[in-house]
Amino acid sequence: MKKLLIALMTTTAAMSLAASAQAADKLKACWVYTGPIGDFGYSYQHDQGRLEVEKALGDKVETAYLENVSEGPDADRAFERLAREGCKIIFGTSFGFMDPEVKVAKKFPKVMFEHATGYKTGDNLGIYNARFYEGRYVLGQIAAKESKAGVAGYIVSFPIPEVVMGINSFMLGAQSINPNFKAKIVWVNSWFDPGKEADAAKALFDQGADIIVQHTDSTAALQVAEERKLHGFGQSSDMIKFAPNAQLTSLTDEWGPYYISRVQAALDGTWKPDNVWLGIKDGAVKLAPFTNMPDDVKAMAEATTKKIADGWNPFTGPIAKQDGTPWLKDGEVAEDGTLLGMNFYVKGVDDKLPQ
Amino acid sequence: MDITVNILLTIATAATPLLIAAIGELVVERSGVLNLGVEGMMIMGAVGGFGAGYLTGSPWIGLLAAIAMGAVFSLLFAVMTLSLATNQVATGLSLTLLGLGLSGMMGTSFVGQPGERLPNLYIPVLTDIPVVGRLLFGQDPIFYISIALTAAVMWFLFKTRTGLTLRSIGDSHTSAHALGIKVIRYRYLAVIFGGACAGLAGGHLSLVYTPQWVENMTAGRGWIALALVVFASWRPWRVLAGAYIFGAVWIGQLHAQAFGIPVPSQLLSSLPYLATVVVLVLISRNKRLTMMNTPASLGQPFVPDR
Repeated sequence: MKKLLIALMTTTAAMSLAASAQAADKLKACWVYTGPIGDFGYSYQHDQGRLEVEKALGDKVETAYLENVSEGPDADRAFERLAREGCKIIFGTSFGFMDPEVKVAKKFPKVMFEHATGYKTGDNLGIYNARFYEGRYVLGQIAAKESKAGVAGYIVSFPIPEVVMGINSFMLGAQSINPNFKAKIVWVNSWFDPGKEADAAKALFDQGADIIVQHTDSTAALQVAEERKLHGFGQSSDMIKFAPNAQLTSLTDEWGPYYISRVQAALDGTWKPDNVWLGIKDGAVKLAPFTNMPDDVKAMAEATTKKIADGWNPFTGPIAKQDGTPWLKDGEVAEDGTLLGMNFYVKGVDDKLPQ
Repeated sequence: MDITVNILLTIATAATPLLIAAIGELVVERSGVLNLGVEGMMIMGAVGGFGAGYLTGSPWIGLLAAIAMGAVFSLLFAVMTLSLATNQVATGLSLTLLGLGLSGMMGTSFVGQPGERLPNLYIPVLTDIPVVGRLLFGQDPIFYISIALTAAVMWFLFKTRTGLTLRSIGDSHTSAHALGIKVIRYRYLAVIFGGACAGLAGGHLSLVYTPQWVENMTAGRGWIALALVVFASWRPWRVLAGAYIFGAVWIGQLHAQAFGIPVPSQLLSSLPYLATVVVLVLISRNKRLTMMNTPASLGQPFVPDR
């Protein structure tokens, strides 16, 4: 099914690209999304970034995108098609595009490739990522202040470093306020299935959690929180419209400035494969306005956000691993490499990491 | 006690769209037509239902629009396979692809807009009865429709003359045709009924389950509904049981995880499909049982000789 879909979409994309191939002198910048751009979450935010590029660079660029491309080997064809059809710079926006992109980048040495959230680079393949964990630390602090039960429900997609890092950072934030804070973790094995996300939220609330955190893309979980008159955090986009009384804040992604700078570099001929990890201070990770909480909690959240923007890393020791063995000494800061490959929980997480 | 009620309510919400879509497809397949476009009709129902509800502000109009959307969309399939005698499998698959793409296009302006939710039933006194009150008298309207629909289809297929005729067409369209039964007309009606059901199931997703529009929001539920029909070996009451078993397994594993019981969630997510394979193997071992329930001319195009 998925294969058919991709074949169909790559064909249509190819046709539209072919039609515009005459327009000379324009730099063609292309994006590959794993979800639909209508998800109002992760892929939607990347596409907003693409639109910002169009707006900022006007008729110097031309953009194209493929959406709903499934992760894994199937993605090869999507990248290859874009490269063949004249895209000069291609952004792969999901972790699972890593190996396909490495493969295709070798085949097309003249095309510039960028991959989000991965760790493999190449001569013409740069990587970029956002330090979402910085925001999740703030979410943890708010959750610990606002939860009466002292238990949060945490809906997660797949056990990749990005997600594990988020859980750890959230727990460190929460424990900095309430050392006994607990999070119940549910894996839904999907980035995007509103129904499953809603079911997971209901299950977590039924089992005593009173705040919901998600590392999945839809607004469904927040809507359940709204219905039950409880609280939660949005993800990727500001979801306040869906949960005006439930959303405390939302961890949003702003890719526009980065995309503009990279496409501009490609235009100027100064593009080089890079390895950047943008955070709150770069404006790539933003927290939506703090709502539905008392002023002192809001002040605390703002202070922590500022502290992180000024350079403090939530992964600063002393931190022990889940089994109690020490990980970071007092004052020691985690290395980026360790974080990007994170496959263990910190102390206090009440879950067994699926392997 | 409260948690049990909540779990049962969640299971009912998860099972309802599967049940409705599968019951519709069951009638279609009983008439001898295999429509693999359930996912496509469902997503069209979801976007139509959400759109109409959002634009008019009335989820009830949304509900009707969802049904109409599914029915109209299935008409495309009916014209292709019944009047033009195209291959049903290929046409059904393209219906799904078309539906997923078209709904995404139609729904562009609805993305990021909160929608209208169909209110749950509330009958004073009755709904307030502890435990059973909310289960029996406090659910969303489509839940009641799904139960009534199952009963109605059961009665129609096995207790009415028209139902008997429909089943006979599914078993042998040539014999039925020879008897003077209007095969194509029956099949048209069956396909449209199936489409309306799939549309309603989609409407349940965008008006009750998760009142919002996002692309691909059916997330494969149409395929589970198709699997359910086979799982149930074309018997309505087994579809009902199957939908609730699938729902219970899914919700059960979420609760197990939240409770801290380590279950491999990947395995449990694939259970509906595994169960269908097992049932297929079991029923195909017993030739007589298979013959009794499987519509014999399922999937074969019918071209009346003129």
